[in-house]
Amino acid sequence: MEQMNELKRKVLELLKEDARRTPALMATLLGAEEEDVKTAIAQMEQEHVIVKYATVVNWDKVDDERVTALIEVQITPERGRGFEGIAERIYLYPQVKSVYLMSGAYDLLVEVEGRNLREVANFVSEKLSPIDSVLSTKTNFTLKKYKQDGIIFEDHEEDNRLMISP
Amino acid sequence: MITNKTQLAGEQSKSMTSYLSPLVQQIQPSGIRRFFDMAAGSKDIISLGVGEPDFKTPWHVREACVYSLERGFTGYTSNAGMPELREGIANYLHTRFNLDYDPANQIIATIGGSEAIDLALRALISPGDEILIPEPCYISYSPITSIGGGVPVGIETFGKDRFKLTAEGLEAKITPRSKILILCYPSNPTGAIMSREDWEPIAKVVEKHDLIVISDEIYAELTYGSNHVSFASLPGMMDRTILVSGFSKAFAMTGWRLGYACGHPDLIAAMLKIHQYTVMCAPSMGQVAALEALTNGMEEKDRMVDSYNQRRRLIVKGLRDAGLECHEPQGAFYAFPSIAGTGLTSDEFAQRLLREFRVAAVPGSVFGLGGEGYLRCSYATSVSQLNEALERIGAFVALLKKEKEIKA
Repeated sequence: MEQMNELKRKVLELLKEDARRTPALMATLLGAEEEDVKTAIAQMEQEHVIVKYATVVNWDKVDDERVTALIEVQITPERGRGFEGIAERIYLYPQVKSVYLMSGAYDLLVEVEGRNLREVANFVSEKLSPIDSVLSTKTNFTLKKYKQDGIIFEDHEEDNRLMISP
Repeated sequence: MITNKTQLAGEQSKSMTSYLSPLVQQIQPSGIRRFFDMAAGSKDIISLGVGEPDFKTPWHVREACVYSLERGFTGYTSNAGMPELREGIANYLHTRFNLDYDPANQIIATIGGSEAIDLALRALISPGDEILIPEPCYISYSPITSIGGGVPVGIETFGKDRFKLTAEGLEAKITPRSKILILCYPSNPTGAIMSREDWEPIAKVVEKHDLIVISDEIYAELTYGSNHVSFASLPGMMDRTILVSGFSKAFAMTGWRLGYACGHPDLIAAMLKIHQYTVMCAPSMGQVAALEALTNGMEEKDRMVDSYNQRRRLIVKGLRDAGLECHEPQGAFYAFPSIAGTGLTSDEFAQRLLREFRVAAVPGSVFGLGGEGYLRCSYATSVSQLNEALERIGAFVALLKKEKEIKA
């Protein structure tokens, strides 16, 4: 059991680096059996530990207009359900990319994506703010994304070692 | 006109060589240099030829150095190195390898492990002394022995012994002129390591023949499966061993040139004399970085070692799948497969691999006795590059097999 957990943790690390790695390759890298790696992955998919295999995209390099805003939202929790119900009302909108419950000056941090400023602004004024429990919103537009999920977008750290060295 | 100038330059350089020290003149250019020239300038080559980590120095280490520069820490340090750094090295060696050195007079910070080895040799060699060097080994030991006026004596180690030095092999090469034994385990280029059981008979021979040992332990942190055993930690060996190490390999700090030597106070004092008259002290900014690496760098180091270990498994399997015999390296970051079965010399193999399949690796022959028939492949490179290189090596070996069949 302990061994399986260790294997799962290592497989997750390898997949976080590169989700396209095959079970065979991961088994070689980890000195494990391919079957065990497959089992670990299958279990983690079933348990929703692995939620999805996604691609990290630097949209700034794609000729595609889109803006992202991080919106700080203050809300009044609902009796009996706390923040859950309102969080759900918010995260079900397709424009909303992520929602976090936060400690500190505000309650929810909502990441919203739109094709332009107006679209995001409209979402905030027409959908988010009117929700009964929402007390206030503060919209912060992102100007540039430098790093996401541990990946630096414009990584200047190229391999500039000599071809041959002693 | 230009022709005359060229001629003049030619004549000048020709005549100037007569001024050179005979000790330097006898040194041959390294075999690695030739491969470096062959590979230089090509972009599509995958290199398994590098003897340095593919990681950058961890950011907290770089940042500590930058911060110290901002505060104006740019002067000399004491000759032996910052006291805090020597203290840090002493603590580290105690914790990691059960070694106790007094930072006040038994440790000296040097410009890389290379300077430490040079200092040790220069402090010890009298002209004509024989220096025992197990081979295949790092390419510098023999030339710097010669430059120091010593006589390098190679001791061949063998694939069948997983390139470990044996007491018999050592004893067979000892003469009344033998004075120093240079050890390098974990080994560049073979990846061999030595266990306590392996060391014990060697220590007996060292004692019996009153040898001094220079133990280059630069790869000590890079072992897989079992921990490194420092030669100095064996009973009676502390005083006759000069331990040489540095930060290049463990903390990905090759360019910083920061190493150290530890040993008996008399030996260190002699080395310090040469050090203070030649380089004064190791670079202060490098010392700051090294101290930060020792203090806060172990987690990052473990992460890097983990990653080398993964790639070690990949390259060994890949080379075997390609049809090459390959022992499992237990340390450093090199695989050392045998290419003897292909019918090519290691030089021919490496040249054709580079020219026809665009993979750079170093022929075993450049590492001295016992290296012929092998190839040094560094796995300090990304998984995707390794995979591609292994595929190309597989294709090359298959081609060689076909060529052999046609000839037969």
